[in-house]
Amino acid sequence: MAAIAIDDTPDGRRVLKLEGRLDATSVRGVWDQAHRAIAEAPTRPVTVDAKGVDYCDGAGVALLVDLIAAERAAPVEIANLAPAFQALVKQFDPKRLSQDLDPEVQRRPAIEELGRATASVWRDIRELVVFVGEVTAALAAAAVRPQTVRWRDVWRVCERVGADALPIVALISFLLGMILAFQSAVPMKRFGAEIFVADLIGLSMLRELGPLMTAILLAGRSGAAFAAEIGTMRVNQEVDAITTMGLDPVRFLVTPRIIAALLMTPLLVLFSNLVGLVGGAITMTSFSIPVVTFMKEVDSAVTMTDFMAGFIKSFVFAILVAGIGCLRGLQTAAGASAVGESATRAVVSGIILLVVVDGIFAVAYYILDI
Amino acid sequence: MAANDPLAAEGPKPRPPGEVLISVEKLYAGYDGTAILDDVNFQIRAGEVFGILGGSGGGKSTILKHMIGLVPPVRGAIRFAGEDIVGADGPALERIRRRFGVMYQSGALFGSMTLLENVRLPIEVYTDLPEEAMTLIARMKLALVGLDAFTGHLPSEISGGMQKRAGIARAMALDPSILFLDEPSSGLDPITSATLDATVRRLAESLGMTFVIVTHDLPSVFASLDRVILLDKKARGIIAEGDPRDLRDNSPDARVRAFLRREPEKAAA
Repeated sequence: MAAIAIDDTPDGRRVLKLEGRLDATSVRGVWDQAHRAIAEAPTRPVTVDAKGVDYCDGAGVALLVDLIAAERAAPVEIANLAPAFQALVKQFDPKRLSQDLDPEVQRRPAIEELGRATASVWRDIRELVVFVGEVTAALAAAAVRPQTVRWRDVWRVCERVGADALPIVALISFLLGMILAFQSAVPMKRFGAEIFVADLIGLSMLRELGPLMTAILLAGRSGAAFAAEIGTMRVNQEVDAITTMGLDPVRFLVTPRIIAALLMTPLLVLFSNLVGLVGGAITMTSFSIPVVTFMKEVDSAVTMTDFMAGFIKSFVFAILVAGIGCLRGLQTAAGASAVGESATRAVVSGIILLVVVDGIFAVAYYILDI
Repeated sequence: MAANDPLAAEGPKPRPPGEVLISVEKLYAGYDGTAILDDVNFQIRAGEVFGILGGSGGGKSTILKHMIGLVPPVRGAIRFAGEDIVGADGPALERIRRRFGVMYQSGALFGSMTLLENVRLPIEVYTDLPEEAMTLIARMKLALVGLDAFTGHLPSEISGGMQKRAGIARAMALDPSILFLDEPSSGLDPITSATLDATVRRLAESLGMTFVIVTHDLPSVFASLDRVILLDKKARGIIAEGDPRDLRDNSPDARVRAFLRREPEKAAA
């Protein structure tokens, strides 16, 4: 335990006698008392008599240093401190420690913040355009000379993007089919039109929901994974190593991932469509519509054009999701938190782009009467 | 020899040995049931600045990970003041761990916190000191490693060597009785490295802190370590134990002398 005794000598000096063990657990008891004793006598010289201090670690040294650094008219001095502890106190410059040598940067004016935000958005757009150009060139080069593509990486990514995603795509698509069927069958039953639920599910799954839901799942799984993987490589200077070895990070890291996504996403969309229809068909059996009847109705309602309208989207969505994931990874700043930020940005901007592009497809199909 | 020759460093003054604080007994070090070091035995005394030396891949960091309870050894015992850390878990392991601080090779700072916040964190968690005392102690620890002008910086805004120094400051935040330092000098400039050596000696001598240091850096070895063990990959264990200066000058084992004198041709022979 630490103890403090305050004494005023006839010559006008205040003496603070410290005793015992000055460590992180005991300093708490004397910290406030010692500071109060000094503050109460602002004009008197103060001596901190440390003769009775038998142990003094970092917390004790902090107390002594803080007492010396106190801004006041008369000085504070330490006396009778054991030489071993004196050496610890002497390591520090009390005046320097009392200053904040690395103050927080003042908040910028709002207009400057606005300017910086605008510049940042503009830079992001420019980087996106440059990246699109680089990816196009890399894909074209891969098409002309397929032997330059790192196919081992492509198959590895295919497994992660495609095969590993099957359970989640199956679950979501099946539930989507079921929910659509339930939600629409109940009101349509009033008009005896339950059979047309098959038309609704067939058209909405094949044209819209199959590709879009698969792409959103892909953005959450693979887009984030690409951003985190490449972001970690960036933090570990692996991307710098690729560049200094004379290799192009886009061809080396981005191309295999985009090719894998291009190969796997359409297959996942087909799978999603099928499982969604199965979910709808199973639900409709509870409304007395057999599976065969449901499938025949889907066959009569959905044309090849409807199927292709959705299927074509899957290629565009694949490029968007994989491309934005890789771009966010390459844009990663330093530090572990930057990798997390990149993954988040990959998912957010991936989903926003998917919805925007899906909207463009809808307008284009309307104009083209597809 | 030149005055600044690391091999000529006088080294720490001998001190009376304290009680046995850490005891490593019949330790088979390695991962997933595969040992890379067999039957390792050594003891570390209170107040000692102890070094674990050896070539790359020799098992230095593995032993350190076993000692701090991060990775269980294949078999064997590591006792802290009689308590075995190998079998300990839950509160027992926590109790042992509170007695020591660890500085990891990369610094292992928390990226979302400033340097001051990083160093303040263990003080906030384990003490009830006033706010200003916590901040002052954190500042002092950062000043010890020359980083008091970077308290508001994030780890990502400083160099690797500075991150390492901040890691040392955080490990020292609570003045633990045992400090494990994993390659503290690598990435540091010679002046900072020498300052760190002096700090280690000062803390050991004035507070009786025990240091366990994994290092390759020979100037630091001779300047700050009381005693070392030298691990050898081929021998799968300790090939020398003792005062590093004595081992350098008088070891009967040529491998030991070659290692401590930086003589690769003799080490290969």
